[in-house]
Amino acid sequence: MASKYSNMTIRAFRRDNGRVGVRNHVVILPVDDISNAACEAVANNIKGTMALPHAYGRLQFGQDLDLHFRTMIGTGANPNVAAVVVIGIEPGWTKKIVDGIAATGKPVAGFSIEQNGDLKTIMDASRAAKDFVHYATELQREECSVSELWVSTKCGESDTTTGLGSCPTVGNMYDKLLPEGIYGCFGETSEITGAEHIAKARAINPEVGERWYAMWKAYQQDVIEQFKTNDLSESQPTRGNIEGGLTTIEEKALGNLEKIGRISRYIDILEPAEAPKSGRGLYFMDSSSAAAECVTLMAAGGFVIHTFPTGQGNVVGNPIVPVIKITANPRTVRTMGEHVDVDVSGILRREMTIDEAGDALIDMIVRTSNGRSTAAEALGHREFVMTKLYRSA
Amino acid sequence: MGIPHLLVHEHDDNVGVVVVEGLKAGTTMLAVVTADNSAFEIEAKADIPIGHKVALKDLAAGDTAVKYGEDIGRFVADVARGAHVHVHNLKTKRW
Repeated sequence: MASKYSNMTIRAFRRDNGRVGVRNHVVILPVDDISNAACEAVANNIKGTMALPHAYGRLQFGQDLDLHFRTMIGTGANPNVAAVVVIGIEPGWTKKIVDGIAATGKPVAGFSIEQNGDLKTIMDASRAAKDFVHYATELQREECSVSELWVSTKCGESDTTTGLGSCPTVGNMYDKLLPEGIYGCFGETSEITGAEHIAKARAINPEVGERWYAMWKAYQQDVIEQFKTNDLSESQPTRGNIEGGLTTIEEKALGNLEKIGRISRYIDILEPAEAPKSGRGLYFMDSSSAAAECVTLMAAGGFVIHTFPTGQGNVVGNPIVPVIKITANPRTVRTMGEHVDVDVSGILRREMTIDEAGDALIDMIVRTSNGRSTAAEALGHREFVMTKLYRSA
Repeated sequence: MGIPHLLVHEHDDNVGVVVVEGLKAGTTMLAVVTADNSAFEIEAKADIPIGHKVALKDLAAGDTAVKYGEDIGRFVADVARGAHVHVHNLKTKRW
């Protein structure tokens, strides 16, 4: 059924695999921690490229190594990325990541340091990076439908105003745009604790709900029960949450779940950094509640815009995905307004309805898709944080 | 209707949220239930920061706190109507 959102368009980059990107980055991607220096040198040589240094990629094994590759390949494959130079210490794992990204059809080139040294690697990789900049800068934005967007969400530095204002704003956006055909994603496994009965019931059917519950329960048993102190070691709620008036994990969880709106239901569950495979709709990604980790995982899953409700003022950004900040807290608007993209504090004054706030967020999603820099982008927030499941060998 | 001092999610809730800065004890607060925009008045018994909770009726240790119409924990001290509700008198039932 046509709605006023059905004909909304954006100007974005259509990639060879049909996906739509809203940014056009040329990324210099290290396979491992010891290749960061070469990647940063290439990014320094060739203007218009961006290195994504990180802390891992050596001596990992099993599920933890699978997650590493999934995050690396997913980041390079994200439609916000036009082309990728991959640099690793040795050729084997480098090629694995190059091949994974190349499946999207975008230009990608791999270089390894052993038997070349940093300096020759930097020279060869810089030549490839320069070619990729010329390629990327000739690509043109074209008209695409809003319904082609993949929009993720995760809230941070929550307080009681997020449950009253900014999370319901995201929920209203999903209730309006999911029926148009967008992909959505929420997560934060630990943060659903206290509202797991509600989250389970929001699955599209009981089978998906049972799978969601098994995933949540496994996290409780494998992580929380093993490492907890008296509560979640002062992490759930966080000190910032408590300063903002949140008292218990149940209260925080109920506010968090406002992000999926009144009618939206999730259709499948994703491993961390996994791309959706069940078609258009809302997904739950098993993920940390730490902002930079969660946004990094969702970006690797292929989401191109992130909506981020905050109460006390989390300042997180991401190098490849624009992070749109929404707050309803008037003190946060007053004291750290430079971090806020969508001010919905009018909800608390009863000057703005949730419906109006949802429309304001959709407007900002369109403007951001068209190229407007988010507050986090303008302020240089590029937090790229890999999730690690256990100690390396 | 004026600008509310306090917002309450559901009619079943026994706590509400202060949504203005600098709320002083003795203020007669305008409270709005967001579920249907109905309003009532309640006196603040303390200076309560923005975002923090207020008891909507007299509550006893052991009572369940209700917000969003849901159980959010257990009171561990008696709390008077209009008093500040936070980590000093409300705890999760989980741990």
